[in-house]
Amino acid sequence: MTALRFQPVLAVLAAAAALLFLLSLAIGPAGATPAVSLRALFGGGEELMVLVMQEIRLPRALLGLIVGATLGLSGAALQGYLRNPLAEPGLIGISASASFGAVIALYTGLSALFALALPLMALAGAMLSVFVLQAMAGSDGRPLTVILTGVAISSFAGAMTSLVLNLSPNPFAATEIMFWMLGSLTDRSMPHVWLVLPFTLVGWALLLRLGRALDALSLGPDAAASMGVDLGRVQRLAILGTALSVGAATAVTGAIGFVGLVVPHVLRPLVGAQPSRLLPASALGGAVLLQSADILVRVIAPDRDIKLGVVTAIVGAPFFFWLVWSHRRSGL
Amino acid sequence: MARRRWLGALLAGLLLPAPAPAADPAPGRVVSLNVCTDQLAMLVARPGQLYSVSYLARDADNSAMVEEAGAYLPNHGLAEEVFLMKPDLVLAGTYTAHGTVSLLRRLGFRVEEFPPETSFEDVRANLRRTGALLGNPARAEALVTAMDRELAALAAEKTPRLRTALAFSNSYTSGAGTLVSDVVRRAGLENIAETLGMTGLARLPLERLVLADPQLMAGVPTPAEKPALADQNFAHPAYRALAARTAGAPLENRLTVCGGPFTLKAARALQAAAMRAARASGAVRAETEKTTQNQMPKVAPSTGGSGQAAARSLAALPLLPALHAVEGTPE
Amino acid sequence: MSALAVEDLTVSLAGRTVVDRVSLTVPRGCFAGLIGPNGAGKSTLLRACLGLVPAKGTIRLDGAGLQDLAAGHRALHLAYLPQERETAWAMSVEAVVALGRLPHHARFAAPSPRDRAAVEAALARMDLLAFRHRPVTGLSGGERARVLIARALAQETPVLLADEPLAGLDPQHQIALMRLFRDLAREGRIVIASMHDLTLAARWCDRLVILKDGRVHAEGAPQSVLTAPTLRDVYGVTAVIETAAGGLIVQPVDLAGEGEAG
Repeated sequence: MTALRFQPVLAVLAAAAALLFLLSLAIGPAGATPAVSLRALFGGGEELMVLVMQEIRLPRALLGLIVGATLGLSGAALQGYLRNPLAEPGLIGISASASFGAVIALYTGLSALFALALPLMALAGAMLSVFVLQAMAGSDGRPLTVILTGVAISSFAGAMTSLVLNLSPNPFAATEIMFWMLGSLTDRSMPHVWLVLPFTLVGWALLLRLGRALDALSLGPDAAASMGVDLGRVQRLAILGTALSVGAATAVTGAIGFVGLVVPHVLRPLVGAQPSRLLPASALGGAVLLQSADILVRVIAPDRDIKLGVVTAIVGAPFFFWLVWSHRRSGL
Repeated sequence: MARRRWLGALLAGLLLPAPAPAADPAPGRVVSLNVCTDQLAMLVARPGQLYSVSYLARDADNSAMVEEAGAYLPNHGLAEEVFLMKPDLVLAGTYTAHGTVSLLRRLGFRVEEFPPETSFEDVRANLRRTGALLGNPARAEALVTAMDRELAALAAEKTPRLRTALAFSNSYTSGAGTLVSDVVRRAGLENIAETLGMTGLARLPLERLVLADPQLMAGVPTPAEKPALADQNFAHPAYRALAARTAGAPLENRLTVCGGPFTLKAARALQAAAMRAARASGAVRAETEKTTQNQMPKVAPSTGGSGQAAARSLAALPLLPALHAVEGTPE
Repeated sequence: MSALAVEDLTVSLAGRTVVDRVSLTVPRGCFAGLIGPNGAGKSTLLRACLGLVPAKGTIRLDGAGLQDLAAGHRALHLAYLPQERETAWAMSVEAVVALGRLPHHARFAAPSPRDRAAVEAALARMDLLAFRHRPVTGLSGGERARVLIARALAQETPVLLADEPLAGLDPQHQIALMRLFRDLAREGRIVIASMHDLTLAARWCDRLVILKDGRVHAEGAPQSVLTAPTLRDVYGVTAVIETAAGGLIVQPVDLAGEGEAG
C-alpha cells in the first residue's frame, strides 16, 4: 500500500517544484508579464529583458532548486544516518562551518586568485564539522549529544566567521555576517551555478546511494551490519555526500537553516517513514520549500534584500519547538 | 533716539562681562573631529588657527585634501586626545560619536556640530557657518562665490541630459536629497534613481538597473585588495554586460563623501564624460542608421540583436576568477 | 557435516580477552541455549560469529568457512536478532519485515515474488497479518518482538542467532518464543539463543552451552549441564532443581556460601 502512495507523492512534489521554478522566473522587480519573461528567457524580445532573464532570474531560480534539493536531501540523509529526528545540516553546525570556510576563502582574496577555492574551502569546513560530530556523538549517539555537539560547532564557526569579517579591511565586511548566517539568493549569477553544480551533483549521487543502508539502519547498527550493510561505507557516503553538497551550496548562498529539519518530518508520514523513500521525496520537498521562501521574500519586499534564513526560521523554529515539545516525554 | 539706544547697547556690550566663549570672534585653536568639517576648516581657517584634523583627512579614499591635511596633527576623535590639545573650538559632524561630543561639552569645550551636506545649498550654508565660527567670513564668502560661478558655468554648458545610473556597493544608489544626486543634476544629467522615485541612499535591484537602460554609468567599487560580498554586484555578469554597452563616468568617492568646492570636480568629470559619450554615440548612430533598418527605441551605442546579450553573458562564464575581480568603472 | 562449527574462537576487545578459544558445534535441527553470567562473553560470541567484531579462529557452516564471505553473503546464511529492539522510524510492520529481504535482492530492484512470499510467510508465522499496515512504533513490546523475529525469519537463513530475545517479554510471549525457536530448529535450522532464564532454557533447548569468563564451562543436554555444582561455580547461586510438568525446573534461590536457606 505504501508503494502505491509513494509514486503519487513524488509526482506531486516534482510538479510543485517545477511550477515554483516557473513562478520564480516570473517574479521580480522588473514587473514584466510571464509571456514576455518566458520569451526573453530563450533570447527573444528586448535585449535588456533577455539579460535580466538569463543572467539574473535564471540563476536565482536554478539555485533555489539546487540548494533547496540539497538541504532537503542532506537533512533526510543525516536523520537516517544518525537515527535522530533532530539532525539537519544547519542545526548540527555543518552549514555554519561551511560558511566559515567560504568566508576565509573570500575575504582573504583567495577566491579571487582561484575561483574553486570558494567551494573547496566551504567543503573543507563542512567535512571538518562532520568529523567532529562523528567523533563526539558516534553513529549511535544519543540525540542530546548530537544536538549539543552541533550547537558547540555552530557557535564556534559563527564566532570565527564574525572574527574574520571584523578583521577584513573592507568596511562592508562586518555587516555581511547576516548573509553568511542567514543566507540569500539575491543577485546570484550563472557562474555561481556552475561553481556549485558539479559538487552538489556528486554529493547527491553519494547520498542517494544510502537508501537501502538507511532502511536497514532503522533496526540499529548491529542488525544492519548483520544484514550486510557496510557501516564504514555508510559513514563515508553520508559524510562526504553531505559535505560536498551542503558545502558547495553554502559557499554560494550562505547558511540557510531548518529546511533539512522540516521537510523530512513533514514528508515522513507520506512515504511510510521509509528512509530510502524519504531521500528523493525530501530532495523535491526541499526544492519546493526553498523556492517558496525565495518567492515570498520577493513578493513581500521587492526592493529590500530580506535574507532567506529569516523566512525558513519563521517556519522552522516554531516547528522545532513543537518537535521538542512532542518528544519531551520520550526522553530526548 | 535710535542712535542713543544703539550707543547704549554698544556700551552694555563692552561693559558687561563676556558671556560664554560663544561670543569669541576668532578661536585661537581649532580642532576638527570629522573628515567633512576637517576640509571645511582647512579651506576657511586662517594660518595657525587650525590645530588638528581627523586621521581620515589623510585617507585618499575619503578626503579630497590629503596633502593639506599633512600640515595638521591627526586625531582619532577621542575625548582624551582632544582634551590634551586644549582647543578653543571643536568641530564635529552630527554623526560623530555622541558620547565623545557630550563628554567634551561637559569638560567645558565648545563643540559645534555640522550635519552632512546633502546638496550644494548645504555646502554654501556650512561654508558660511564655518567662516562665521572661525572669524573668517570673508574667506568663506569668497569660496561660495567661486563655487557659484562654477555652478553657473556648468549650467551654461549644453550637456545632453543623459540617463545616469549611480551604482555603489551592495547595489545601492543615491536618490533624491543626496549630495551625489545634486552633483548629477548640476552636471546637467538625469539621475535614474530620482526618476524611479528613490530618496536618500536606497537599494536599486540589479534588474531595475538593467531595465532602466542607463546611458551613463557611474560607480565606486572598492579596490580588489579588499574583497567582500559588497562588491560582487560589480562582478555580476548582468552588470558587466550592462556596463560593457554603456558609457562609463568616473565618480570619486573622496569628492562626494563630504561637500565642498572640490565636489564640483565630480560634477565637471561627469559632465565631460557625458559630452564624450554623446559625441561617440552620435557618431555611431550616424553609422548604424545608414546600415540597419529595425532598431529598438532604447538601444544604446553598442547595437545588436537579442543574441548578443546572450553571447556576452556566456562570455562572462569562463572568467571564473573574474567573479571577484573588481576593476574600476568601465569606460 | 551439517552444522555450525566454531573452532578456537578468540575475541580481544580493548586489550581484554572477552572470548577465549571457544569451540562448539551446533548441528542442524538443534536449538542451543547460550547461558552464563553477565560479562561472560555471550553477546560477543554471537557477534563474532556474524563478523561484527574481529575474531581469531574459524567459523564453518556445513563445512564452508564463513569468515571469508562478504558481509552481504554471510547475511544469506546467518540471521541476527540483536538486543536493540528500538526501531528508529514509524515504518509499517510489513515494511520492517520486508527489511529482512535486503540481502536477497539487488540494490534498486523491486521486490521479487520470492521476496513477497517470504514476507507473507513470516507475517503469517508470527501472527502479524492483522497488523501488517500498522506503524511498528505503535505496538506493544511483545508485538514488536514478534515483528523483529518475523524480519529475521523473512531473511530465510539456515542459522538464527538471537541475543537475549526473552528480555522484557511477559511469560506468555517468552514461552511462545521458545516454542517457536524449537519448531524452527525442528524444521532443520540451527538456532542459538542467549538467555538468563534457566528453567526455560532447560525445558525448551536441545543443548546448553555455559560460558564463564569467555570460556566454555560446560556443554551438553540440559540435565547434564544444569547441576548444583555447576550453578554454584558459574553463577555463584544455590538452586532448586526438580522435574515437574514433563521437564526440568531450575530456580535459583540464594547466593552460594550464605548458608542454607530455610
